[in-house]
Amino acid sequence: MSALFFQYLMAGLTYGMIYAVVGMGFNIIYNATGVINFAQGEFVMLGGMIAVSLVEVMPLPLAILFAVLATMVVGALVELIFIRWLSSPSVLRMIIITVGVSILIREAALLVWGQNVRALPYFTGTEVTSLSIGGAHMSPQVLWTLGACSALVALTTAFFRWSSTGKQMRACASNRVAASLCGLPTRNLITASFILSAGMGALAGCVVSPITYTQYNIGTGLAIKGFTVAILGGLGSSMAAVTAGLVLGVLEAFAVSVLPSAYKDAVSITLLLAILFFRPTGLFAARVAYRP
Amino acid sequence: MSRSAPLAVNRYGQVGIFMASAVLVQLASVAAGKGFLLTQLTMSAYYTLAVVGISLLMGYAGQISLGHAGFFAVGGYTSALLTTLDLTPYRDQPLVSSAERLGLLLSRLDLYGGVLLVVHPLAACVLAVSLAVGLAFLVGIPVLKLKGHYLAMATLGVGTIVYSIALGTEWLGAADGIAAVPPFPLLFGASVGGQAGGRIVNYYVAVTLLGAAMLLLLNLVQSRVGRALRAIHGAEDAASAMGVDTARLKLRTFVVSAALAAVAGVFLTHYNGGIGPSEASVMKSVKYMAIVAVGGMGSLWGTLGMSLTLNFLSLRGYFGIFDDVVFGLILVGMMLFAPDGLLALEPRRALAALRHRLGSSREDPG
Repeated sequence: MSALFFQYLMAGLTYGMIYAVVGMGFNIIYNATGVINFAQGEFVMLGGMIAVSLVEVMPLPLAILFAVLATMVVGALVELIFIRWLSSPSVLRMIIITVGVSILIREAALLVWGQNVRALPYFTGTEVTSLSIGGAHMSPQVLWTLGACSALVALTTAFFRWSSTGKQMRACASNRVAASLCGLPTRNLITASFILSAGMGALAGCVVSPITYTQYNIGTGLAIKGFTVAILGGLGSSMAAVTAGLVLGVLEAFAVSVLPSAYKDAVSITLLLAILFFRPTGLFAARVAYRP
Repeated sequence: MSRSAPLAVNRYGQVGIFMASAVLVQLASVAAGKGFLLTQLTMSAYYTLAVVGISLLMGYAGQISLGHAGFFAVGGYTSALLTTLDLTPYRDQPLVSSAERLGLLLSRLDLYGGVLLVVHPLAACVLAVSLAVGLAFLVGIPVLKLKGHYLAMATLGVGTIVYSIALGTEWLGAADGIAAVPPFPLLFGASVGGQAGGRIVNYYVAVTLLGAAMLLLLNLVQSRVGRALRAIHGAEDAASAMGVDTARLKLRTFVVSAALAAVAGVFLTHYNGGIGPSEASVMKSVKYMAIVAVGGMGSLWGTLGMSLTLNFLSLRGYFGIFDDVVFGLILVGMMLFAPDGLLALEPRRALAALRHRLGSSREDPG
């Protein structure tokens, strides 16, 4: 029984880490622009897809590196082409634009890669390799995912806390006018936030690809989960998003043990609605969940 | 943002003109020997019924829904299930027997001559729309009290759930959907369905339903409620300060638009004789949104025209495999370059300025 419990817990934590990274991606762009980027899940998909294509011609670590870099370029292009030159667009308009962008990225992926389900090879071992910990079996890829995502979260946090660019981005997030009066290149910082967010998503998409597989249409589901996590943690707060991501992942894993798996998505949506109903500011944050 | 100013015709006249042009289109298509086009026009009209509801929600109340295909499918699937599920084995159950006594059930022959006991299409329709309305309330109440992104994401979630349930549930036909849905009987022996020889009747049924919905929406928009909605869109805080109950009005608009989508789903399902999970997909919702964007925020007639045209082209297969791309491009392009719709582009503004100048020079005594 405890082994089974542990098994579900590990599965939940794996998915939860991915949701956390997508949620953090939402937060980075939301903090910088006040916009929820509906194309966030597409970055995860692109990362996985590009890496799968590249791994045929180069070693795995290089393929992942280039996939992340390529997705960062896509993130930058999205900002430069669709967002940068709009002067004070309404929230309605921004949502519709990012939704449209997500459709275009998805359709482009469909044209390039088709409907096939793809996956990266396992980083160590094969799909039958399993580690036995406390009676529960798991793939070493689970550890890769947990490790890579934890490192990503730690690095991002350190970047925002200590690096000069990170500090500038935080200044831009907290008050864009004041930041630009201090001489900060606020527009470039917003572009940087898209690049960072795209890169994070892409890396998460690569490490999780061997376990969950990658298909052109996985973005929407991930975006909803990531948004749920961002809301659950209180929009804008990164560490809270990680906690929330793990909570959601574990909840989902245990829900699947009693519900048919077709209803797995229903768990997170129900949770989202419940949070919006009872505590729209998030479980951990005391701030209001929306900008005035 | 009143679009009715240049048109001297009131809303009854506008609906009249719409109906008259629908008659002209029918006569012309039959005269040209292309009566088969009416089939796609009928389907477009049903989709348009859903789209004009979203136009009310987006253009007037300023809220985004990415889940209206979900409400459409809830309507269609409920109606399809109830009118095809044979209740004969459950005859002794109290719920079924009391429904039979109330006259809500109906015996009919299936394709192979067997007798089925099913729910009457009218009762099924009422139930289907009620279900969609209930779902809309459930989602709308928590979400519409908040600002901005929440409705978009929550409705996206609802749409996804409806889609995955439709796709993953065995008794909803999984990927095949539900087929062999019977026609929906109307007065005078007419019915909504794919039966031979019913094409023209069906066309008029769809167009009349659409005209009636337009009249209802135009009445709503030009009433106190409509002005309050436009105030919400313009400046929600100001509207709220003036005593407009913003959350409640937004909720009502959301529910009305969900109900229209469900009605459209019911009728199109009976017309097509079936429904599949693709009707519930998020891409359908995005398509509806793209049409509202190109038709013009807050322009019901513009949206209606665009919806009939684009849905017709899409159903005739003019966009091929690029169908989704076309609608994605429309969506992004419109929002980048003409967020108020095609009709609000420069030529129109220039025309208005010209008219204004001519008008003022005429009135000018000097």
